[in-house]
Amino acid sequence: MTECPSAIAFGALASEFHAQVGGKCASLGVMSQAGLPVPPGFAVTTRVFTDARAAADTMSQIKDLLADLDSSDNVALARAASRTRDLIRSWELPEEHERVIREMYADLCTLCGVDDVPVAVRSSATSEDSPDASFAGEHDTYLWVCGIEEVLEKIRACWASLYTDRAIVYRHEMGYDHADVDMAVAVQKMVRPRTAGVAFTLDPSNGDRSGICIDAAWGFGEGVVSGDVTPDNFLVDKVMWSINRRIISPKTHAHLLTDGAPGTHPTVERIELPEDQVLAPSLNDEEVLAIARLARTAEKHYGFAQDIEWAVDDDLPPGSDIVLLQARPETVWSKKRHTVSAKTDLVSSIVDTLVNPLYSRKGAQTA
Amino acid sequence: MADRFASPFEIETPDGAEGWQSLYSYSAVFSEERRDYEDGGFWFHDGVHWSEALTPWDAGVFEVAIASLGQYNTRHYLVPPAYGVDFRLLNGYVFLSPVPAPEADIEGRVPHFIERAGFYFANWDRLYDDWLVKVRSLVQQMSELDFSPLPEMEDMDVITSGAGRGSGDRLLSTYHRLLDSVVTLWQHHFEFLNLGYAAYLDFFGFCKAAFPSIPDLAIAKMVAGVDVDLFKPDDHLKSLARLAVSSGVDERFDGGSPEDVWAKLATDEPGQAWIAEWDKAAEPWFNFSTGSGFYHSDKIWIQNVEVPLGYITDYIVKVREGVDLNRPVAALHKERDRVVSEYRELLDSDEDREVFDAKLGLSRTVFPYVENHNFYVEHWAHSVIWRKMRELGGVLKGAGFLVEVDDVFMFRRSELTDVLFDLYAGWAVGAPSRGPAYWPKEIERRHAVHEALKGWSAPPALGVPPEVVTEPFTVMLWGITSDSVSAWLSSGDGAEDGVLSGFAASPGLVEGPARVISSADQIGEIQDGEILVAPLTAPSWAPVFGKIKATVTDVGGMMSHAAIVCREYGLPAVTGTAFGTKTITTGQMLRVDGNTGKVTILD
Repeated sequence: MTECPSAIAFGALASEFHAQVGGKCASLGVMSQAGLPVPPGFAVTTRVFTDARAAADTMSQIKDLLADLDSSDNVALARAASRTRDLIRSWELPEEHERVIREMYADLCTLCGVDDVPVAVRSSATSEDSPDASFAGEHDTYLWVCGIEEVLEKIRACWASLYTDRAIVYRHEMGYDHADVDMAVAVQKMVRPRTAGVAFTLDPSNGDRSGICIDAAWGFGEGVVSGDVTPDNFLVDKVMWSINRRIISPKTHAHLLTDGAPGTHPTVERIELPEDQVLAPSLNDEEVLAIARLARTAEKHYGFAQDIEWAVDDDLPPGSDIVLLQARPETVWSKKRHTVSAKTDLVSSIVDTLVNPLYSRKGAQTA
Repeated sequence: MADRFASPFEIETPDGAEGWQSLYSYSAVFSEERRDYEDGGFWFHDGVHWSEALTPWDAGVFEVAIASLGQYNTRHYLVPPAYGVDFRLLNGYVFLSPVPAPEADIEGRVPHFIERAGFYFANWDRLYDDWLVKVRSLVQQMSELDFSPLPEMEDMDVITSGAGRGSGDRLLSTYHRLLDSVVTLWQHHFEFLNLGYAAYLDFFGFCKAAFPSIPDLAIAKMVAGVDVDLFKPDDHLKSLARLAVSSGVDERFDGGSPEDVWAKLATDEPGQAWIAEWDKAAEPWFNFSTGSGFYHSDKIWIQNVEVPLGYITDYIVKVREGVDLNRPVAALHKERDRVVSEYRELLDSDEDREVFDAKLGLSRTVFPYVENHNFYVEHWAHSVIWRKMRELGGVLKGAGFLVEVDDVFMFRRSELTDVLFDLYAGWAVGAPSRGPAYWPKEIERRHAVHEALKGWSAPPALGVPPEVVTEPFTVMLWGITSDSVSAWLSSGDGAEDGVLSGFAASPGLVEGPARVISSADQIGEIQDGEILVAPLTAPSWAPVFGKIKATVTDVGGMMSHAAIVCREYGLPAVTGTAFGTKTITTGQMLRVDGNTGKVTILD
């Protein structure tokens, strides 16, 4: 077995290291490896966490802080938890690990062509007892983190979030040993979409399973999802890869990233678009096909029709700038059976075809 | 938008073509006697097969062909909703009108169709094998027809054998046998074709019901054969090019005339071996027309050796460059299988998959006929017919009836019977025939009329369009749909905003300069990287597909011969634009989208 690296890019995350990266990073890795490009980034493995923990030698103090704690005593719990987190935030990163993480972040900046590229830093906890030793929202996530120093600080903050009040109580109730839970961290680029939207791996207008239906608009996908922007619409045949329908809509508004006051994070605002963008297609044909192929890959990977959210990230190089933000099973048509009414006696069926020609029918029969 | 096309009775005669009706059968032109029927009908111009004004004799072949089509629908298989396709000539151009079966008869025709078509579907392969034998033997018989000149004196063995008949009798009856052979050939032609289309349409309908947005092209791809006889002539050219290079005789293909090249080849053993290979391939495969096969004037490879020789010379250059000329047969098979298995997988139930398999199976059973008959009938058999007619033309020219051999095609089919009798009678009696003094002048007049007609351009349709176009062959072969009819009605002046619409006959999106050509004789003008714009393309143009980026045609549907070939060669194609050659000029930049059927003039 290869020694676990300090940090691993999502696209190179082999399954042998899933145990060292926690559930969240593992699933990003699996998607990447399945050809479903997620926003680029890397996992800081539990090895960094355990080596830092060993080097800092604070575990005995932490044990003492949390021993015999009455979990119903909120004040005592909060105080102990907060002191524990302070201890962890003071852990030194072993030199070799820090070097690798710096390198990884620098590579990410290079890939995006952005200095101090903004990233999300997310906790990804793991333990022997439970591969995903966390519940939703249990541990911290930090958005719009810029620059390596801030990244290193937020990595330690994620480690420290192992000891939020709720996490301590949860482990206590589950009977997990605090020392058995390790923490990996996902460092992932914040998406800055030129265009974003949704894709269904069927035609929602008639349930046609051979079509991939894409809605797209400028900027963030919120407008497409909420419906306050009329999106461009494309229908792609998932066998022939031809674009069978193109509807370019007047996209008067877009949800765009807007810089806030100094020291605050940028926010997404609904903004009126200049004339020349309103009727311009928000995707070119190559992008339409790339998104369709992505949706089809997701459908094959998960085994049923998908409803996905995607974005074209302005910071990424053309050809690898489309990322998947979300994939859910499609629920409307997937529940219906669409059987083609047809006689099995071929000649009678031919008679039917001749007597009721397709060209005089209104739309195809759908069950 | 107009609600009808011009009446056939409103169409003006082009200057210099006055009296054109006399060039054609009395029954093939629009006339007052049938005005009510003709003026109330819908007539579309068939430029797929007959894009130019016809000469009188060629028009006779056209009448036989279309009558045979109808006969199988109407009288043999009783296709329930469809009778035949009616036909007329207007200013020398072909107009067709699908005839629906009367509503009241449809139901009664169904059991007959099931019984009759069912028999053919159940025994298809055996019957098709028989068909190949029939057609080959018919071609053989036609090849043996003897149109030699009438002798000064009958041979002695006519006397000693007690034959009791002579050369005049032979000449008259040989012409009748040729005419009968043309009818028989066309009877054979439609023995399978209508049923083949019907089976394909049934699969087509199933696919559209299962996948409303499936491109027509995808359905064609699932059914189309990969090893089609229509590609054999081109395959032989490639083999001959490879042989020339591998046996070291390629230097002799220097663009010289066929006589010069053959003379150089004949000087040594490898050259003679190459000629032997050529001869083997040429019969039958180079009996291949550069057009649709329906015109005596179309060049046939075997008689215009400079055409295939030019292609071979081009191929030799590619072989030397190390280009792999082989059609990617394995890849084509693999792609076909992929498309089939992916759509099949997308069906919702095993019952659907069972029906899909059965319909696809039948379509694939019938399709080889659909794809291959064209070589045997329109190319091979027709080239023999034109050749025999030229032999007869030679006899008439020798007797002073004609100035040129090809003038024989200026006679109407039945008129020629009287002409030959005039020749025979003069020969038999030993007194002057009327013909030599009468015909050269009349034929000169007809040539002038025909020339004037050739300069006219036929509107895409006439008369009253139907509510909805339902006749399956009209849709499949000619690409006439309710949509294309309304497009014609709304754009009589051609392209609006420099955009033309047609059938997405072969996928791909390219941009490039246009090369507009009006006949096969201009093929030599086509340069590398151009987009070919033509009234239609012919299968024998295959070798130029290596040069061009895309094809745009005025006429043709998804299943036109041109569409089949373009798909095979992986060339984006938009067919049936109606106005392509009239709207686009050579040198204009075009964008051809074979996925959507749109052609955009960029400048």
